[in-house]
Amino acid sequence: MSVETLLFWLFAILTCGGAISVAVSESVVRMAFSLVLCLGSVAVMFLLLGADFVGATQLMVYVGGTVVLLVFGIMLTATGPFTKIKSSGADAILSGLVGVIFLFIVSTTVTAVRWDDVSQRVAVGAHQKAASHGFNPEQQGNTTRPLGLSFLSIRADRDLKLSAGGDANGVASLSSGYLLPFEIVSIHLLVVLVGASYLARAKRRAATSQ
Amino acid sequence: MGHVHRSYLANFRQQRHKIVSGQSAERMMDTLLAANSLAEFLQTQTIPVCGCPIDATTAMVLAAIVHVALVGAWFGLPAGLFIWAERKVSARIQDRLGPTRTGGRFGWLQSLADGVKLIQKEDLVPADADGLMFRLAPYIVVVASFAAYMVLPFSDGWSALGLDVGLFLAFAILSLEVLGVILAGYSSGSKWALFGAIRESAQMVSYEIPMAICALCPIVTAGTLNLTEVAQLQGGGVWNWNILHPFNFFAFFVYFTCATASCKRAPFDLAEAESELVAGFLTEYSGMRWSFFFLAEYASMFLVSGLATVLFLGGWDDGFGVLGVVKANAGSFVANALGLVIFLKKASLLVCVQIWVRWTLPRLRIDQVMTTCLKYLIPIACVLFAGAVAYPLALAKMSGKTSIMGGPSGGRIAQPSRVGAESVRLPGVAAAERSGR
Repeated sequence: MSVETLLFWLFAILTCGGAISVAVSESVVRMAFSLVLCLGSVAVMFLLLGADFVGATQLMVYVGGTVVLLVFGIMLTATGPFTKIKSSGADAILSGLVGVIFLFIVSTTVTAVRWDDVSQRVAVGAHQKAASHGFNPEQQGNTTRPLGLSFLSIRADRDLKLSAGGDANGVASLSSGYLLPFEIVSIHLLVVLVGASYLARAKRRAATSQ
Repeated sequence: MGHVHRSYLANFRQQRHKIVSGQSAERMMDTLLAANSLAEFLQTQTIPVCGCPIDATTAMVLAAIVHVALVGAWFGLPAGLFIWAERKVSARIQDRLGPTRTGGRFGWLQSLADGVKLIQKEDLVPADADGLMFRLAPYIVVVASFAAYMVLPFSDGWSALGLDVGLFLAFAILSLEVLGVILAGYSSGSKWALFGAIRESAQMVSYEIPMAICALCPIVTAGTLNLTEVAQLQGGGVWNWNILHPFNFFAFFVYFTCATASCKRAPFDLAEAESELVAGFLTEYSGMRWSFFFLAEYASMFLVSGLATVLFLGGWDDGFGVLGVVKANAGSFVANALGLVIFLKKASLLVCVQIWVRWTLPRLRIDQVMTTCLKYLIPIACVLFAGAVAYPLALAKMSGKTSIMGGPSGGRIAQPSRVGAESVRLPGVAAAERSGR
């Protein structure tokens, strides 16, 4: 068993254990900690797959952001020293049913995929990563530029592979990149910000008018 | 160079069977220097007792243990050293002598004596506390500040992980530290601890924003998040350092202020303001668990100073091209070792500035702390970031170069040559080439 496999199983068990512990535990703080364990292990899985950026983003957004916000919310809103959530028997049956249905959907989807092709593709990707190895030629930086360019609809991984000639005029056509999703996310965030400030203002106005 | 080393290593592997016994230390050192990694070196060696060769997995595990021990030493050693420095500096600032007798004339062993004292203390858990979380919280803080050392380059190529997203991962891991603080405060079952934790987490989460934006300014200049590359690009001379870039110059000071705040250091140590909050989230802690928080604080002080060194102050570069001469004459290992010393000097100097600030500046009120961040530092950081982006563009429009001084980062053009990518054929570039430029 290679070291990678060992690490994969370790963090797979931690992920599942954390997830189960979130559902089973009654104390809210322990739930939050189990959530950290679960999400952090998922981040490590991304790192093991060579997806460094996704792994770091998972850590920053979910563990460092969402869970901190969650615990902060508990601390500010709790009335007693340790908030407990107890679920009734009917709740447990209902949520267990939903969980089993979701597990069924996911497992049928996963087993329906032909993983042979994908594992070959992963092998190619692993080879490329080994070739670059984080120490790139000194004249270039290839992390932020490809990312930023792909948000501006220039895919470095695709467009740069085009043959040197391009079309008849020597101009290569570019792929679509991620401009549209990027803009949609930006507008979504703007709406959220406007909504949040509106909610905060509405309360203050009501308080002053009384 | 790497190719030469590799062929040397291959030769050495062929000779391995001839020299199973009686390997001289000199020969071992040669192989160690020739190998690309420790794991590769270990594969050329044999286990002393049975004489059997080391396979790839065992070599990797052994190399991992050595790496973890080295990084772990960098977690523990600076803490001990800087706690001693803090005592001496604070004493001198307050016109005292500080420790003078523990371990000789200057009290060198004071930190060790502190450690021995703290280990002996009883490991208390308050009756009202959530025992498991209370015990776990210090470890979260320690792991967060320890794990971020993975991506910090100590010298050219001397980092545990040379990741392409190094800085991003470092900030992601550092952002976990606040979680340990919150859990510590909440699970203590004490009002003081809860207040301290709320203040602390609000402060740490807020100061992360301007800190990250300011760290992005030199990243824009360098065009990579790989910390080793960022430092490499500043090599060759003091005029290449990012701090001499006009917007990065101010970004450095904003970054350093935010870094001090994110390490919970004075004048931003509201959470542990003993005069108003007993000791903040640390109120219920004692003994080793209490000292874990402080080990983590000193470790992250050194870490943010190291990041500042790499991002703004040229990393391991000496500033006058001495390192290049050493590398040409004495080889890259000696140059790297010298670079390590230079890097540690620079980072330690920044830590000393943090200590100096702590003992000379009065503490801010909590509302002043938050105002400083949200109303002043974030807008300043945004303006600096916009300036750092616009400055090279404006220079390129006016003079055709992206920096005044030239140098590797200034004259650098994006040349994506990843595996499988031959050349860039963007429309403008293609047109320019056709017109004969």
